[in-house]
Amino acid sequence: MLLKIENLTKSYSGPDGRVPVLQGISLSLDAGETLALTGESGSGKSTLLHLIGGLDHADGGRILVGGQEVTALDDAGRAALRRGMVGLIFQQFNLIPSLTVRDNIRFQARLAGREDPAWAAALTDALGLTEQLTKYPEDLSGGQQQRVAIARTIAARPALILADEPTGNLDEDTADRVMDQLTRLVDEAGATLVLVTHSSALASRMARQCHLSHGRLS
Amino acid sequence: MIAAALSSLWSYWRRNPLQLATMIGGLALATALWSGVQALNTEARASYDAAAAVVGEGRYDQLVPRAGETLDEATYLALRRAGWQVSPVLVGSLDLGEVALHLTGVDPLTLPAGAGAAGQVAAVPLAQFLAGEVMLAHPADLAQFGTAQSIDLIASPAITQGMALADIGAAQRLLGQAGAISRLVVAPDQPLGRPPLAEVAPELLLQPAQGGSDTAQLTDSFHLNLTAFGILSFAVGIFIVYGAVGLAFEQRRAMIRALRTMGLSMRFVVVLLGAEIAVISLVSGAIGVVLGYLLAASLLPDVAATLRGLYGAQVAGTLQLHPSWWLSSLGIALLGGILAAASAIWRMSRLPLRAGRDPQVWAMQSARGQRLQLVLGLALLVLSGGFVVAGGSLLAGFARVAALLLGAALLLPPLLEVALHVAQRRARSVTAEWFWADTRQQLPRLGLALMALLLAITANIGVSTMVSSFRLTFIGFLDQRLIAEVYVSAETDAQSAAIEALADDGITVLPLLSVETRIGPQKVDLYGARVAPVYEQYWQFLAQDGDVWSRVAAGEAAIINEQFARRAGLWPGDSIPISPTVTLPIAGVVGDYGNPLGQVIIGEELFITLFPETRARQFGLIGGGADALMARLEAEAGFDPAQMIDQTALKAASLEVFERTFTVTSALNVLTLAVAGAAILMSLLTLASMRVPQLASVWALGVTRHRLGQLELARAVALAVLTLLFALPLGLALAYLLLAVINVEAFGWKLPMYLFPADYARLAVASIGAAALAALVPALRLARTPPARFLQVFANET
Ligand SMILES: Nc1ncnc2c1ncn2[C@@H]1O[C@H](COP(=O)(O)OP(=O)(O)OP(=O)(O)O)[C@@H](O)[C@H]1O
Ligand SMILES: [Mg+2]
Repeated sequence: MLLKIENLTKSYSGPDGRVPVLQGISLSLDAGETLALTGESGSGKSTLLHLIGGLDHADGGRILVGGQEVTALDDAGRAALRRGMVGLIFQQFNLIPSLTVRDNIRFQARLAGREDPAWAAALTDALGLTEQLTKYPEDLSGGQQQRVAIARTIAARPALILADEPTGNLDEDTADRVMDQLTRLVDEAGATLVLVTHSSALASRMARQCHLSHGRLS
Repeated sequence: MIAAALSSLWSYWRRNPLQLATMIGGLALATALWSGVQALNTEARASYDAAAAVVGEGRYDQLVPRAGETLDEATYLALRRAGWQVSPVLVGSLDLGEVALHLTGVDPLTLPAGAGAAGQVAAVPLAQFLAGEVMLAHPADLAQFGTAQSIDLIASPAITQGMALADIGAAQRLLGQAGAISRLVVAPDQPLGRPPLAEVAPELLLQPAQGGSDTAQLTDSFHLNLTAFGILSFAVGIFIVYGAVGLAFEQRRAMIRALRTMGLSMRFVVVLLGAEIAVISLVSGAIGVVLGYLLAASLLPDVAATLRGLYGAQVAGTLQLHPSWWLSSLGIALLGGILAAASAIWRMSRLPLRAGRDPQVWAMQSARGQRLQLVLGLALLVLSGGFVVAGGSLLAGFARVAALLLGAALLLPPLLEVALHVAQRRARSVTAEWFWADTRQQLPRLGLALMALLLAITANIGVSTMVSSFRLTFIGFLDQRLIAEVYVSAETDAQSAAIEALADDGITVLPLLSVETRIGPQKVDLYGARVAPVYEQYWQFLAQDGDVWSRVAAGEAAIINEQFARRAGLWPGDSIPISPTVTLPIAGVVGDYGNPLGQVIIGEELFITLFPETRARQFGLIGGGADALMARLEAEAGFDPAQMIDQTALKAASLEVFERTFTVTSALNVLTLAVAGAAILMSLLTLASMRVPQLASVWALGVTRHRLGQLELARAVALAVLTLLFALPLGLALAYLLLAVINVEAFGWKLPMYLFPADYARLAVASIGAAALAALVPALRLARTPPARFLQVFANET
């Protein structure tokens, strides 16, 4: 069991008091499994992902990643967990503008202490980034940037990859290609993937599908 | 329409109060520093004048009676009517039982403004002074008075102990000498075509100004350098404003584009922006005036004197801001604001109306721009080295200073870029590598603040080196020039003889014979000196050849001063024609910081053979203590105290005044650093919000907020250290230019440059501390950023 969520709750304070977003989520994922998370805008998909990645605090319930209880860790502990086990991919790419593509790709792996030049080279090759290695993120197109983000994440060999609408900013063709590459590489790396998406076509490519609405999974 | 446009422009400042505060604060501080330096200059001048007043208005020519102690009021009036600009002075001893005060009565209405007494008189309301109701004395002396005086006493620390100052009418009354005048001070500017003295008042003798103790030229050099410092401080402030304005305009691109899409012409928008800058500048200037006032008041020990100097001499007591002072401060603030905004407005005016992919960072430059900057910076440095503008004028000297500073400022970012690049290459850990890369990326935005820091540190090193070198030189010069305990001017041959007679009692008498003459095209003062061991003991030569004094005593060689040597290009080994028949080799060149004139010193005997008709009128006396000597001369030979200068006291007073200006300079140094620190703080704060997305990424990848905060602090320190390394040689170069170029051009002498490593070390600690302090708030903020703030970046709520 790589990811285990038990009765997770989360609310935000709104203008009229607390607004519940997640109201008792439970979920288990085995290593190597892939899961598509769908749901309306505002249903709490990103919130759930952030909680799993230890970017935010839950109100109640437990999250275990690789046997470690995320919900019980302090700031530094959660940072260490992210470095070691979790890879995050966002819609906005979130590359580091001051580093070249090559350094962006190496960055996370080095943070995790798992730098593997051969693996990184294979990834850049597979993602068609070989030409771009010395460029800076601002010189890349959106699709290229997202491929760098994917390479960065997978190069670090995280056990769990959390992807939040990774192709939301890309046109359909590019999105398809990027998703192909992502799923293939996740498969190759044997990683577990949680993919947030609005597209049912994309969702169907995952081994499992969950729909989030009114704070619950179905 | 205007109102709508204005309110939209203003809405930006409302949402970014910090930026507005940066701008106003920067400009206000710059203005305050500028006016603070002005205040310091004024104060120092007033103090030196006060010191000169101790020696009895020695700066000016005086008319004294040929016979008797006093002259008639009628003579005075006749002179005034004939057009002579003279001012009456009555001196006398005011007996107070136990003690006596040396009372000077002056007429403030006619007294030359540069006279020390004029400054002191301004401490009291003029009407009260003129009415003869008040008398000024040193606070320590006030205790000696009974309460039953017919006059109000006012304590004034500017007055030397044992002296008192009153209106001449009051003095005549107190001394019981109605209508009496001791002497007339001759104002420096006299109308042309006035009748000669022999016609109007043959009974009076024109006694020329006493040159020997005049430090005015020396202090002028000091003031010049301080003014340079004031301009530098102001430049540091302008850098802050420049940064803030640029950012504000950059971030309002979309708004301005919208305004234009909605039908406002570019010209109109530019006018609005210009007006906005003008308003902000004026508000800042006003705050700066108040700050400058407070600065002056807190820095200068003699607040009253400062305020007097600044806010006009005519009224005192009430704090009335002198219009010329605050108007010029407002003007300089306005000028600074417009200067800082000009390029931003210009760039704005060229903004295309169609929204496109704006280059993200306005300060971010293309590689070509950076190369251009590098080349320009190098070119300016070469220029400042004097390879192009060789020698020349004072203006050229200042151009070199400007080129040095501007060139260095331009070079700073490219140099830092190189240093950071190297650091990044050599970084071992991934965090370190990111750290250096990230620092590099921020360089364009931090560049201006770092330039401000560079200028501040450079100015500090340059000015403190200059001031400290100046101080050492000044002390040495005082020791050399004020060898005697008492300096006496004789008015008659009888008095000269009386002085010479003192030698019989074991007192060293050093007569100073002098004539004005010409050597080649140059006007010089030629002195005949009686060589004594004290000269050998205290005089130091910039260049010398053999045993200078014995050669001079033997009439075989001459000493010349530095300004003459430089102007004529004559040094030891060369010869100068002293008279048609006598040519002497130069044995020594001596530093002379008291006057701009060339001087040549030869032995007394040779002088007398060359100029037999010249009598010594000025004497230095050593032996037995100044007070005893003066008392003896007054009692035995009827010398007026005004004819004698207590050199020991003068030396002490001059040093004390100098120490005071010295303290204030170091305080100003600290302030300049504080301004630079503020510049860094402001840049970091404005950067902080822009950097959230990037930091969020790094945080999401597993770098703790705590660590990010630490790195933020480390960044500021690293940049400060790098800047400091660059500033050190630059500061020394600045000091060199001030001491060895500007001074030579302006005054004809070169001040020796000394190094003060301990001062520099202290400065290094202070500037790194300032940078760290400035980074502390942003770093703490970063370390405590709520994760929610980072999460917004990932929320996809676009
Ligand atoms: N920091 C916050 N403070 C208050 N409310 C928040 C905060 N973050 C999210 N919310 C609210 O929580 C709810 C869930 O947000 P979340 O971003 O998880 O939705 P989502 O499913 O990812 O939507 P989308 O598909 O648009 O990305 C929304 O109603 C949102 O307004
Ligand atoms: Mg979302």
